[in-house]
Amino acid sequence: MSGSEAGSNAGPEPPRPLGAEAEAEAEAAAEAGGLALYRLNVDGFLRTVSGAWLGDSLLTVLRDRLGVTAVKDACEQGRCGACSVLIDGRLAASCTVLAADADGTRVVTVAGLGASGLARAIQARFLSEGAVQCGFCTPGFVVAVTELLTRRPDADDQEIREALAGNLCRCTGYGRIVAAIRAVQQERGILPIGGEDDVEWHP
Amino acid sequence: MRRPDGPAKVHGRFRYVGDLQVPGMLHARTLRSPHPRARIRHLDTAAARRVPGVAVLVTAADVPGLATYGLIVADQPVFGGVRGEVRYAGEPVAAVAAVDARAARHALAAIEVDYEPLPPVTDPRRALAADTPTLHPNGNLFREIDIRHGEDGVHGPVVVEDDYAIGMQDQAFLAPEAAVAIPAADGGIDLLVATQWLHSDREQIAACLALPEQLVRLTLAGVGGAFGGREDITVQIHAALLARAAGAPVRIAYDRVESFLGHPHRHPARMRLRHTATHDGELVSVTARVLLDGGAYASSSPAVLANAITHAAGPYRVPHARLHGLVVRTNNPPCGAMRGFGVPQVTIGHEAQMDRLADALGLDPVGLRVRNALQPGDVLPTGQVLGGPLPARELITLVAARPLPPPAKHDPTGLSLPGGLPAMAEPSRVRRGIGYALAYKNLLFSEGVDDASTARVRLALAADGTPHAQVHSACAEVGQGFVTIAAQIARTELGIDQIELLPADTAVASAGSTSASRQTWMSGGAVRGACAAVVDRLLARVARAAGLPGPVVETARRSLTITGGQIVGAEVGLRMSVADALAMGPVEAEYTFHHRRTTALGAAGQGDPHVAFAAAAHRAVVDVDLDLGLVRVVSMALAQDCGTVLNPLALRGQVEGGTAQGLGLAVMEELVTDAGRVVNPTFHDYLIPTAADVPDLDFVAVTEPQPDAPYGVKGVGEAPTCTATPAIIAAIRAAVGRDLRRVPVRPHHLVGPPDADPPDADAASGGPFGEGPS
Repeated sequence: MSGSEAGSNAGPEPPRPLGAEAEAEAEAAAEAGGLALYRLNVDGFLRTVSGAWLGDSLLTVLRDRLGVTAVKDACEQGRCGACSVLIDGRLAASCTVLAADADGTRVVTVAGLGASGLARAIQARFLSEGAVQCGFCTPGFVVAVTELLTRRPDADDQEIREALAGNLCRCTGYGRIVAAIRAVQQERGILPIGGEDDVEWHP
Repeated sequence: MRRPDGPAKVHGRFRYVGDLQVPGMLHARTLRSPHPRARIRHLDTAAARRVPGVAVLVTAADVPGLATYGLIVADQPVFGGVRGEVRYAGEPVAAVAAVDARAARHALAAIEVDYEPLPPVTDPRRALAADTPTLHPNGNLFREIDIRHGEDGVHGPVVVEDDYAIGMQDQAFLAPEAAVAIPAADGGIDLLVATQWLHSDREQIAACLALPEQLVRLTLAGVGGAFGGREDITVQIHAALLARAAGAPVRIAYDRVESFLGHPHRHPARMRLRHTATHDGELVSVTARVLLDGGAYASSSPAVLANAITHAAGPYRVPHARLHGLVVRTNNPPCGAMRGFGVPQVTIGHEAQMDRLADALGLDPVGLRVRNALQPGDVLPTGQVLGGPLPARELITLVAARPLPPPAKHDPTGLSLPGGLPAMAEPSRVRRGIGYALAYKNLLFSEGVDDASTARVRLALAADGTPHAQVHSACAEVGQGFVTIAAQIARTELGIDQIELLPADTAVASAGSTSASRQTWMSGGAVRGACAAVVDRLLARVARAAGLPGPVVETARRSLTITGGQIVGAEVGLRMSVADALAMGPVEAEYTFHHRRTTALGAAGQGDPHVAFAAAAHRAVVDVDLDLGLVRVVSMALAQDCGTVLNPLALRGQVEGGTAQGLGLAVMEELVTDAGRVVNPTFHDYLIPTAADVPDLDFVAVTEPQPDAPYGVKGVGEAPTCTATPAIIAAIRAAVGRDLRRVPVRPHHLVGPPDADPPDADAASGGPFGEGPS
């Protein structure tokens, strides 16, 4: 398909830095009102958070204050994994972490995994193996799978399924997601190359 | 071919409706009734309007047009009104738009509603009783269907009869409901929505806003799953009312709890089934009474009942049948469309009965199904003659022949045993069971509905001089992959690579709903037809330019072909590139695809209601912990009637996803209500299958083309959802030796006293069984 990747939906909106003026204003207001003021390292960019409540989750701050919509909001209870991020390399549901507690850490979302060859391989295999349908769980899955294969490059089928049990997908039934992971392991020489297509066809 | 929206999705750049930002946008929240049935005596919004940051607040008094909406019958209030009743816990009462979500939440808390709670009707068996209050001016009965087939009172000597009950399943799509409404300078409104059917939304929104439809313009924003749960209006009308009142863009977005409360669910069902057969295993009669709880409002209940009751005997030849169905109004949450649309419930019943019958006859369950399976030409209980193909017999035979998984191995981690935790299960107390299920499911809309789909295709030269096609369809891409299929079809028909799919919106005519397994067939057919019309016009132009004689299109069709971007007329010695032909100007065409006409159900439930069917057969293997009642689904095999396969990867995704949702209904998923209130509206308490719960699927695709469908396709998403549940239940029954008449199956059904949560023998009595209300 030509043109944009996804019709009207592709518009990659970069995080919108607040104008310096607005930022100063907000900082003053925060100091006056006792609201939180801190900096977050998100995908390698230092972002100032001002005017947020101390009780705001990292998910809320990423999406609503910093415009990082690559992190998805589906349950706000730490049950679905759609908001998965890496905090200093550890997998976390960003809805269960206070944003202010992430001050001084390195927060990485799917949008910041780009430099990793492993993440790129995972993204390519998610596409080639059919692991993406509605795609709402996909950013969280890519983060979780990157963390898993960094930690356990040779995870077997059961380990993979157990490790990903914190990420819900309602479309795929997980079969193609596991297939994508096995394909990454194969191309990295961790698994022997298996059969391409195990569907039996009856014309 | 891969998904065109895939790269944006894996990088987190795909914009779902909840991700959208519009300058100056307000944020809206909805106030909902905590009572399943109450009269609103007084509604005071003055304090809420004074909350800092609040822009506008709307209630029933602010609906300028029709006060109600609905997919089939407009019986659902936009807001529960003063002096009106609220009819379910969760019914919207007011909505607020404010500068941020927090201010909107504070405003909700400041709205004072004086409710007079009334006793709710929450038992569907009581909905039609003489002493039950009428809950709505339209009454408590949404629909009754009584199918009489063959002769009354003819039965076989072998009889099995029982009651079954199925709980309320939720679609649980992952992206909660959201919409952005933007008031327009022309007095109209633009909406960015996540829906399954843009034009149905538009019709309902326009009626409530008292606007002409052309002033209500909808564009599909990124949709994070649907499964039937986005067929009904939820946020759309509220967002539009608020935006018009505020004169500013408004985004309304649900959280998970609101999502569970905000959209209709799968109907809970109770049924009594009696199957009779000859001693050698030939079905003689099926008697069914099916009761669906429609909840407070109609949604698609009338159509769901028709589906449930016409499929109640399953994909089997039945000479005599009496199938009686009711769908009633209660003060439970509204129920409507979910993948399978009434068929999963009855499949759970008829497949349990087939196993019971096999048992009573001393026959093998696969053999009994093979013997009775429908074949093209057979007459269905509605009198409809089954058109082909329906390889039901082949499917159940194929799936039974798949290799079985190895026996449970010694596993010190315990992870492969039920419960999945170390030392959870005592291996000697784990039993394995195997179960089968066969089903068929109708495709496309039924009962005489002409759910046509229109597409527009424009072929032109791109800036770089290469041919480029724009495909415009209002088909809602909800994850199923229509974007891939549409591009594939356009490439194939036009013979060019550069295909652009325009955003789905209401600037083109309706594509119908993304439901009923219909879009590949219907909108695929529309795209194909529009492409063919474009090719016709292009060839006619070339023929005309070349001075070919005779009626232009006919001549062109006969003598010219397009191959590899070249228009070739070998007989007439003509060769021209598509690009050169387009240099004379773009070519555009619109095409509307209709399926064959069906008929409504007439007297005695007779007619020709369904366009076509697809069948599936599952085999499930489970391990059950006899002490803890925990179930592990060890393996699933599926043989499915797929028609021609356009995209093997998308097919695989549909059948695996459908299987997983059926697994959820078997052992995990139920939205539980207590006196009408949903008690588990979170992912903490409503569990959907995870990667650790769903085994790999062993899949066999039977690809007999459907003659009246474009390319011979069939819809594939629903049939496996129908069979996965009963196959798993059958496997659990085989492992534990219990009847298991209540679904989903819970641990206490498997250990302790037998028959906990009986489906209630009276549940579905009456009708053809002669007792109780009718």
